[in-house]
Amino acid sequence: MHGPARPEATQHVTTRMRYEGVAVAVPVTQPYVRYSVRSAHWFIAEVLSKLLKTTGLRKEQIDGLCVSGFLLAPDTAVGLTQNLGVSPRWLDHIPMGGACGVVALRRAARAVQAGDAEIVACIAGDTNHVDSFRQTLGSFSQFARDAVYPYGSGGPNASFAFLTDYYMRTTGARREDFGKLCVAQRTNALPNPVALFRKPLSLQDYLDARPIAEPLHLFDCVMPCAGGEGFLVMSEDRARSMGLRYAQLLGSIERHNAFPEDPIQMRGGWAMDKDDLYDQAGVGPGDMDFVEVYDDYPVITAMQLEDLGFCAKSAAPQFIRENTFTCDGSLPLNTSGGQLSVGQAGAAGGYLGLVEALRQLTDQPLGAPVPSARLGLVSGFGMINYDRGLCSGAVVLARSAA
Amino acid sequence: MTEPLRRPKRKNPVLATRLSVLPPWQRSRVALGLTAAAAEGRFALQRCADCGTVQYPPRENCHRCLGDQLPWCEVDGGGELISQTTLLHSHDLFFRERVPWRLGMVKLDCGPVVVVHLHADVGAPATRLRVGARLDRAGMGVLVGFPEQDVPNMADDRQLREMTCDPRFRKVLVTDGKTAVGQALVRALVAAGADRIWVGHSEPWKMLPGFAELAAIPQVTLVPLDVTNALSVREMGGEIGARVDILINNAEYHRAHGIASRHGTEVARAEMDVNYFGLLRLAQEFGPVMRARVADGQSSATAWVNLLSIFALSNFPAHGTFSASKAAAFSLAQCLRAEMRPAGLRVMNVFPGPLDDEWNQLLPPPKLAPEALAKAVVAALRDGVEDVYPGDVAQEWITRYRENPKVLERELAAG
Repeated sequence: MHGPARPEATQHVTTRMRYEGVAVAVPVTQPYVRYSVRSAHWFIAEVLSKLLKTTGLRKEQIDGLCVSGFLLAPDTAVGLTQNLGVSPRWLDHIPMGGACGVVALRRAARAVQAGDAEIVACIAGDTNHVDSFRQTLGSFSQFARDAVYPYGSGGPNASFAFLTDYYMRTTGARREDFGKLCVAQRTNALPNPVALFRKPLSLQDYLDARPIAEPLHLFDCVMPCAGGEGFLVMSEDRARSMGLRYAQLLGSIERHNAFPEDPIQMRGGWAMDKDDLYDQAGVGPGDMDFVEVYDDYPVITAMQLEDLGFCAKSAAPQFIRENTFTCDGSLPLNTSGGQLSVGQAGAAGGYLGLVEALRQLTDQPLGAPVPSARLGLVSGFGMINYDRGLCSGAVVLARSAA
Repeated sequence: MTEPLRRPKRKNPVLATRLSVLPPWQRSRVALGLTAAAAEGRFALQRCADCGTVQYPPRENCHRCLGDQLPWCEVDGGGELISQTTLLHSHDLFFRERVPWRLGMVKLDCGPVVVVHLHADVGAPATRLRVGARLDRAGMGVLVGFPEQDVPNMADDRQLREMTCDPRFRKVLVTDGKTAVGQALVRALVAAGADRIWVGHSEPWKMLPGFAELAAIPQVTLVPLDVTNALSVREMGGEIGARVDILINNAEYHRAHGIASRHGTEVARAEMDVNYFGLLRLAQEFGPVMRARVADGQSSATAWVNLLSIFALSNFPAHGTFSASKAAAFSLAQCLRAEMRPAGLRVMNVFPGPLDDEWNQLLPPPKLAPEALAKAVVAALRDGVEDVYPGDVAQEWITRYRENPKVLERELAAG
């Protein structure tokens, strides 16, 4: 058991509709590379192509499309329809960075339930040219351009250094605690053929790494890269008729700009909405067989464990010391290696955990399997607009009964 | 504690002079309010006229009540350092060449949370500090976290020096040493620790008071310089241009009267020749070489100071042609600033009210003492500001001018 079991369901004034009858299927990954001369459009097209090849579907049968990609600009999902030669009757573009996978699934599931689309392809892809990451940083947001980037131009390293410094000081977290997460994720990545980092990492390696932005050192930071991720959302009937293995969506939440009065981010929107999530899902954090959290830096992993109820607020350091996070551990976490070991392919980083969760729940992991995985939690976090990440979300996924 | 700055060693002539790069300078239009205030040495943030909320980063509506009247108001910089980092890696060339670079996140007493360049003498979080605004090397307003109380050698902080133009251990050219202002400037620069001061003088047959004493100061080297003579300016540019870190152009021709009370154009022509064309000649000979030396070690080229006049903003009819020449010089100085900014060389415009000298004899007090003007120039260099309005008259004029330039025009016409 990790944290409390499912809390008693509280009666909301308006009860949210459940995601009955929705199937989440066909996890695909366009393998990651450090740099690519291809465009974000190409990575998204490759993912779509893989979705079609895997299922035998024709392009015309996919009537819903939801995409994310930082480097699609100046294009959006609209331009992509012509680019890919598709004519969906339902289209969405989700510019929410690390929360885009969770949010895409929420949106697509409702579209399928409502009959607005039969099969929705959810795809995130990004490229990484030699200088594109720097160029993205300088124009990431108006606030970043005006009030962050001119201060040392450290990008997300600097932003997360602030959060980590504050978190360590107020909770007593040590570098060893974050190191334990990073080392476990590296262990999870070793058998994953698409992970960019497949060299074993020891805690000593972690501690000895060069500083990047105090208190962050090299292995606290994700590596920007190119790649793509995707999956399909459709009705369970449809999935069964196609003979697809799928997962069910038990519950979901999203929140933006949570707790704006906090002087510095110590919690995300999950802390506002986790009861809603578990009420809808009918399960609690202690029921999870594995967790996929957004992990561009380990401090945000710690915050998600707290805010999603795996331990009390500020107790993540102790929780980390008492648990193990490899696929065979007490709480398997970021079971494909997470972004810290696989790489951060732009917006696809917001899909990585979700696609891996689908793989675990449909018995097709790229790396090590989580033994008898039936329930998984996926959490997203995105968009450091100024001093904090604004988007948060989470879903609970379950192995299908069939 | 910040180590006091040491006199730099002589430059190694074998090594390449490092080229100037700037910190990121792109800003949204609304964010330039921070720069506008910092250019005068003020720390101002947007304050909602409807609900009083102070907000940052800048935007066009109040995040609390959505009001759109958000004047930039001076705010108290007191706050608490809630988090810090020291960058060892940067995506930008300017900072990459300058890491480690210390940054802080500050909760201001007046409300917002701000990211700041953090002075080395500020303690670890959570500690009190005060935030101020400075212009960075790109000439853009940025926030700096300072120790709450002044500490020794504060101005010598390595990061802060990237934003200021402190004359300490720097080489300065003062273009006219014969005037009271020129002499006061030289004395103030010596007191501020300038390494060497070239003092220009034209018309060598004129022996004016104070000049002989000036020549006796060890840091001073007298150089012949006539800003109305293109050859003279070119020769001096060739001789010392590559060593000047701060150029202060105080050469000035000033006579009273407007249009009707003095017939002919000779005086107006002489005013333009010194006040406008003199600046143009200097800028053409010294500008390019100074621009090339902005990243030249600790004592790099850093600033160009123009002694203008508050009369440059709105014509003072009793000194009408002089006002016109200063308005022309002001306009040219804006051009010079635009051309120097991409290299990181600060162009500073000083707008004094009437000086207490012979050409303002008939004006009533208060009049600005040359020593006060010199002090203001040195202070502006230390703070790295861009626009200076020294003294009570200049302060009153700029306030009136900003309130309503048309009203000021009528007031000045009334005498």
